Amino acid sequence: MSLQFKVNGKTVSSNSEADTPLLWVIRDELGLTGTKFGCGAALCGACTVHVNGEAVRSCQTQVGNVAGSSVSTVESLGSGSHALQKAWVKHQVPQCGYCQSGQLMSAAALLSKNKNPSDADIDAAMAGNVCRCGTYTRIRAAVKDAASMMRAA
Amino acid sequence: MMSTETNRRDFLKTTSIATSGLMMGVVLPGTVAETMAAGTLHTPNAWVHIADDNSITLISARSEMGQGVYTSMPMLIAEELNVDVTKVTVSAAPPGAVYANAFLGAMITGGSTSVREGWEKLRIAGAQVREMLIAGAAAEWGVPASAVKAANGMLTGPGGKKATYGQMAEAASKQPVPEKPSIKAPKDFRVVGKRIPRLDVPAKVNGTAEFGIDVKLPGMVYASLEQCPVIGGKVKSVDSAAAKAMPGVVDVVQIPDGVAVVANTYWGAVKARRALKIQWDNGDGANLSTASMLDGHVKAASSGKVLPIQPPKGDAMGAIKGAAKMVSASYVTPLQSHSPLEPMNFTAHVTGGKALLIGPTQFQQGAQGATAAALGMKPEDVDVRTTYLGGGFGRRIELDFVVQAAQISKAVKLPVKLVWSREDDMTHDFYRPMGLNQLSAGLDASGKPVGLSFKVTSQSITQRAFGLPKDTMDPFMVEAAVAPYNIANTQHDLVIHDAGLRVGYWRAVSHNMNVFANESFVDEMALAAGKDPVEYRMSLLEGKPRFQNVLKLATQKAGYKKGAAKGNAMGVAIMEGYDTYVAVVAEVNVGADGEVKVVKTTVAADMGMIVNPEIVEQQIQSSIIMGMGQTLKHAITVKNGVVEQTNFNTYAMVRTNESPLVDIVLVKSGEKPGGIGEPVTAAIIPALANAVAKLTGKRVRTLPITGKAIQQA
Repeated sequence: MSLQFKVNGKTVSSNSEADTPLLWVIRDELGLTGTKFGCGAALCGACTVHVNGEAVRSCQTQVGNVAGSSVSTVESLGSGSHALQKAWVKHQVPQCGYCQSGQLMSAAALLSKNKNPSDADIDAAMAGNVCRCGTYTRIRAAVKDAASMMRAA
Repeated sequence: MMSTETNRRDFLKTTSIATSGLMMGVVLPGTVAETMAAGTLHTPNAWVHIADDNSITLISARSEMGQGVYTSMPMLIAEELNVDVTKVTVSAAPPGAVYANAFLGAMITGGSTSVREGWEKLRIAGAQVREMLIAGAAAEWGVPASAVKAANGMLTGPGGKKATYGQMAEAASKQPVPEKPSIKAPKDFRVVGKRIPRLDVPAKVNGTAEFGIDVKLPGMVYASLEQCPVIGGKVKSVDSAAAKAMPGVVDVVQIPDGVAVVANTYWGAVKARRALKIQWDNGDGANLSTASMLDGHVKAASSGKVLPIQPPKGDAMGAIKGAAKMVSASYVTPLQSHSPLEPMNFTAHVTGGKALLIGPTQFQQGAQGATAAALGMKPEDVDVRTTYLGGGFGRRIELDFVVQAAQISKAVKLPVKLVWSREDDMTHDFYRPMGLNQLSAGLDASGKPVGLSFKVTSQSITQRAFGLPKDTMDPFMVEAAVAPYNIANTQHDLVIHDAGLRVGYWRAVSHNMNVFANESFVDEMALAAGKDPVEYRMSLLEGKPRFQNVLKLATQKAGYKKGAAKGNAMGVAIMEGYDTYVAVVAEVNVGADGEVKVVKTTVAADMGMIVNPEIVEQQIQSSIIMGMGQTLKHAITVKNGVVEQTNFNTYAMVRTNESPLVDIVLVKSGEKPGGIGEPVTAAIIPALANAVAKLTGKRVRTLPITGKAIQQA
């Protein structure tokens, strides 16, 4: 069985069973390892990707349900030129870095809908993303900075 | 000391192919500790590789787990090598005695030691290479070494002579290693002390940073391991027929720690694992519960062998008995799970009598040695390559998951990536041990303490992990046990008690329980004395200028005298750990849900000379969050031998909406560097406990300080 969907703009096909979490298809079958496995239960956000522009937890999204959909992973942000990536570097956000792909994708989903997020908006959009290293203060500053860079662009 | 010229040449100059891949580690006679004692190093090759194309690779012997060593370690080398640290490549060192941590006796990343241990060693290594490059260029050019300069990766000589380091690497490798290279005085530092952006950040914002879980070898299969729900239990019988019949399953193999399902995909392995039918022999652990463990501690505290932490001063018991007022309290610090966000994993390929291990480890030599022992190999036949670590916090000093991966690979004769689930990770940790701290003090009529007794009862990690003999002092149980306060009569004792669950080093280790107890208790003494907790501390810190200073700085910055905002309260704590002095002020309130909200924290740290202030601030911020988690939110509990928490719903992490402002004051200092990866994780505990006590009038002495715990206090 093969099902098709788009990842980062390219059509891909997966031979995984339909109940396979999208996370493992992205990582192991498609070889895009930027998306991380943290909890397998939608409790930490490390696996956050976008499906048709919405942030979802790919560990709890069956690949069968994204057939025909458009999926974006952290790799879609590019190698470092996205405003969020620039802000993440400027504010020196990552420590171990493991959660950051998910943080960036949650932030990207927020900024695609809200060009000027308040602290409460950031809390609402980012509270599902755990950072065990505790980089939250810097993430908050970086999200605001990225938003202002994007408004100015 | 290096013996032959051939060796020297092999070391310093490598081909660009070699430097782009794995480093060839060379183990030389003599331990790092010995060479450090001699004031010189003879192994510049182990730290610096210069290729023909002038690409420079600096080796980090410490694992990058978030604490910034892939930036701070190269900064120390680059300071003396005179290269632009932002243009070098950083590579993880292979296991080797030359890379041993002199503070810990083996190649271990932990104990906030990386900068402290590398501070001189790495600068000497950089200086040796610089002097060899200069000597090599001088020989090539036929000029005195004094006429050659090495700066910004270039060698320059008289008459406009110029060469890159790469062009002179060959010539440099023929030079003897200088015995006593000159290293800069701190006032001349150009790299150390600067906010150099972390070298690992670009790869961590675009998904390319390779963690253990991202490793892929040709022909690799995936393993998921079912371990006994009761740690230490064994497989009685296993029916793997159904699992073996599942699609993509390669094999089901039994190893000492459990039953591994190996499949072509990770998800295939996970699904097939659910079809395993295993009968377990739970063993002795099945009767264990949190209550029985604490009960064991309480009993041991009164009847166990007492080990003096330091010689008693005066007669503490007599002074307490004869005092005008007595204060006593017991504090309980619970079990904790490390829960780094990257679950335990390792990739192994055991073939042809050799093992290749790739993954996240804090203990390369241990990974090598334990695997060799488990597989009946020689250590030199076990190659260990370190990836980025998705958090460590002490969990990745352990070797269980490394050995498991190797055993599974050996059994299926294929490269295997073993990946634990979050549930595996949380229920099969080496837990931060439970601690019971019992303190008593006698106060004179003015409220001044005249006698203090301190007894901590806990479990020894070092006995389990490193074979420390029974009933001997474990330094990792008594950190910060002796508070800085001047008290005439004191007695500090340790009782070691094995509570029955396996334990491991957890960020800040025993500082957590000891500082929680000591700094809560000084507030309790101040309350009994009717004194302000900050003034009370100050009155007992005569002759302790570094403590006084951080306390003064933190309280000033926090506006302690002005007081907390309406509805809030401030709590204070101080400590010394890892040669670093910190003071923390926490401002809290209690939310409508009854839970503690941390509004703001202020940290003053005197950690001597600082390599990279940006990374220092990151570590302080990180410690506040992790410390808040252990203080307010989570603990591990055990029932019928099984850990009850399985994921982040029952072991709740601090999240962004709970994250407070963190205000930081770093003391300018010429003292030797202290560690900063851990101390604030401990210091924040009593700062919060004291703030809660001030706000609510209720003293919670058993962590975590949840809304319910406050109600019941």
